[in-house]
Amino acid sequence: MIDLGPHAAFIIWAYAGVTLAVGALIALRIGQSRRIERRLSALEAQGVRRRSEKSA
Amino acid sequence: MSIDTTPRQSWWTRIAHPGQFTAWTTPWLKPLAVVTVLLFALGLWFAFFNSPEDYQLGDTVRIMYVHVPTAWLSQFIYAAMAVSAVGTLVWRHPMADVSMKAAAPLGATFTALALFTGSLWGRPTWGTFWEWDGRMTSTLVLLLIYLGIIALWRAFEDQLRAARVVAIFTLVGAVNIPIIKFSVDWWATLHQPASVFRPDGPRMPGSILTPLFVMLFAFTFLFFTLHLMGMHTEIKRRRLINLERRAAERGGAA
Amino acid sequence: MTGFSAIIMRDLRLALRSGGDALTLVLFFVMIGVVVPFAIGPDRELLARLAPGIVWIAAFLSMLLGLDRLFRTDHDDGTLLLLRSAQTPLAAVALAKMIAHWLLTAVPLIVATPLLAVMLAMDMQGFMRALVSLLIGTPALVALGAVGASVTVTIRRGGLIAPVLILPLAIPVLIFGVGAITTGPGPDQSGSALLLLAAISLITVALSPFAAGLAIASGED
Repeated sequence: MIDLGPHAAFIIWAYAGVTLAVGALIALRIGQSRRIERRLSALEAQGVRRRSEKSA
Repeated sequence: MSIDTTPRQSWWTRIAHPGQFTAWTTPWLKPLAVVTVLLFALGLWFAFFNSPEDYQLGDTVRIMYVHVPTAWLSQFIYAAMAVSAVGTLVWRHPMADVSMKAAAPLGATFTALALFTGSLWGRPTWGTFWEWDGRMTSTLVLLLIYLGIIALWRAFEDQLRAARVVAIFTLVGAVNIPIIKFSVDWWATLHQPASVFRPDGPRMPGSILTPLFVMLFAFTFLFFTLHLMGMHTEIKRRRLINLERRAAERGGAA
Repeated sequence: MTGFSAIIMRDLRLALRSGGDALTLVLFFVMIGVVVPFAIGPDRELLARLAPGIVWIAAFLSMLLGLDRLFRTDHDDGTLLLLRSAQTPLAAVALAKMIAHWLLTAVPLIVATPLLAVMLAMDMQGFMRALVSLLIGTPALVALGAVGASVTVTIRRGGLIAPVLILPLAIPVLIFGVGAITTGPGPDQSGSALLLLAAISLITVALSPFAAGLAIASGED
């Protein structure tokens, strides 16, 4: 890595913060998605169906 | 001779159906994510290994490679929300509701990041972490508006009813934002000494522009990916609430 | 009497009958003028310099406190539902209520401004300018408040969110309102600030009844 100069700390903190925040965002989104998937499949296992999926 | 008379639905109407939308757009997720990762890899390599320091700013110009994209996103996402809001109010397109809701937290996060990176850039450049200049202040106000919109979504129990109301507020905000920007600039020039150094300004040689543009695209694709994911999750969440309600009805009747 | 004026008269009559609310707001307004010197010290020069900002913050907070009343009482007792099916369009209803609200809350504040001016050591010129800027700027606050109130009227405890929504949008009003009184060091820009304030008031008063009407119609259901 090139020498980051006298203010290296600020640069590192900035990128660290962005990485943390973006990582948290991605993790949250994926986590939410998985949680809802799980609850959906739990319900479908119980046999609850949408009105449009009911047969006859 | 028979003519095929099945009505052809336009793609617009077809994606209004949540299931259709999800089915249609899921294949885009993986490619979007891959492109995002690649762009980030390229951008970071450029930012740290293949670009010079600015002759005036030194190495801190590298902060600009994350500051400018996040600031750009903070405004771009609001524009996307405003367009979705129009979709909700004018066409009542269900995907517009979902799009608005999924975008708000993303917008808030990137605006906060813009303030964070801007502040860290300001310290070595101007000497303080915060400066009440036109741009930073307007971004702060934008963050407050985002947070207000998120609070508004959460205050409603019925999310379908919430959508139209939030759309109205989003559009009122959209009209106001230029006014706010103008008033803050007016205020800042009154109270600031005339010689304020504006780091993100004029001449930028190609070697600095390249990482900037790559990072800009990287962040934008990141938003597209996260937004699409958020929309899918929101669609599933609504379906979940419907199913849970039906399960409760069945459980009650049994 | 047209529906429009009927609504104004009704709101005025109802508020004057119960009497308490407008006075409470004025009391709050004046109390800020009382409390601030305790917080920042009795130095008259300092107070005089901060006075335009303090006056506007006081007016701003008082208006924020009162804006929930714009639609909530009517929502709670069902009047809003009736008004939705009335002949007068909802935007006109909103405008009528905004006018009544301005008469009931902003005017008493403006009348109470001399008290604040005295407590904050304002000079005569500053005081006159403050009066004018409040006169011209409070309609904008009412208009923006109406948007916040209409958007949150169907939420049970929505009164807490409305100020949070309005605050960012009202920042230009604050900036130009204070700017119309004094603009700090440098050439006197208060005239242009006043004009810009008037422009904002006109725009917000013109547009917000439509937004508020739409929000009320969409919120119920």
